[in-house]
Amino acid sequence: MTQIDKVDLWIVILGLGLGSYAIRFVFIGLIGDRQLPAWALRHLRYTGVAVIPALAAPLVVWPAATNGEIDAPRLIAALVTIGVGLAFRNVIASVLAGGIALYLGLFLLG
Amino acid sequence: MADGAPFVLVVVPFGLLFGVVAAEAGLHVLESLTLSLMVVAGASQFTAVQLLSEGAPTFIALFAALAVNLRMAMYAAALAPHWQGAPLRQRAFAAWLVQDQGYACAMIAYDKNPQWSASEKLRYYVGTASLICPIWGIFTVVGALVGAAIPPEYALDFAVPITFLAMLAPMLRTGPHMAAALVAVTVSLLLAGLPYSLGLLIAGALGMITGAQVETIAIRKGASV
Repeated sequence: MTQIDKVDLWIVILGLGLGSYAIRFVFIGLIGDRQLPAWALRHLRYTGVAVIPALAAPLVVWPAATNGEIDAPRLIAALVTIGVGLAFRNVIASVLAGGIALYLGLFLLG
Repeated sequence: MADGAPFVLVVVPFGLLFGVVAAEAGLHVLESLTLSLMVVAGASQFTAVQLLSEGAPTFIALFAALAVNLRMAMYAAALAPHWQGAPLRQRAFAAWLVQDQGYACAMIAYDKNPQWSASEKLRYYVGTASLICPIWGIFTVVGALVGAAIPPEYALDFAVPITFLAMLAPMLRTGPHMAAALVAVTVSLLLAGLPYSLGLLIAGALGMITGAQVETIAIRKGASV
């Protein structure tokens, strides 16, 4: 973890805020009921399921807290989180299960 | 309003968690709150804070966080025809509230009540989703205050990946979704050594393309996705 530069931070806060609003408003305010082309919708459908795991994977495999060493409790916690999420389709249950697995793992193995 | 109640159960802990994670990354309360109120989308806020705290370049953090929010374009495109004809000022306000649960909830309600006018549909949306914003903001602040007081021994570093994975799992509804995620994970791990978090962008793009391609193939074969 590095100290975040305040100027960078505010660029991201304002840029993300305005950009996210623009993404939403363009269709609702400007384009209205014209449909997006099918190929565009098809790609948009998969932005979340592509970007989020791509971001999470290195954090799970090489955690910052262990200086990038593979860590059994964290790996197990990640698998439990996904498993519970897939089984129950419930975000909160999944976070809780992952947290419990992590602390149990750190307690037993750490 | 009542249909919006279940969201609160999700938003409270998420807002807390975001506040805590942002505080751990060194954000002040005002900074976290501004982010929450302007963006109103947890996944992209987590993405931005995570990448900034890894020391990724500013534009990469911004770009990746916006990419996470691109799905809002799809929601907006689906909601827009329903709201066509309502005053622009109201639509501009409702646009700020477009997010996952609100969209899912509205689509079900609009299917059940096809007789609703554009104004009624818009009012329903704002009613269910308007609870979210203030609660998201308030609990971000609570989380930020609490987070500043939690010592590092509690392994909160791992709250971020756990949150990402927990948000991901319910999204993996179909084969193409699974394929997109698998490709994204593999490419991201293979390219983790690239500078400027470029591996993330490439992995995200390839994941999206994979999802779209697998969907096309599945439809051609007559499967429903």
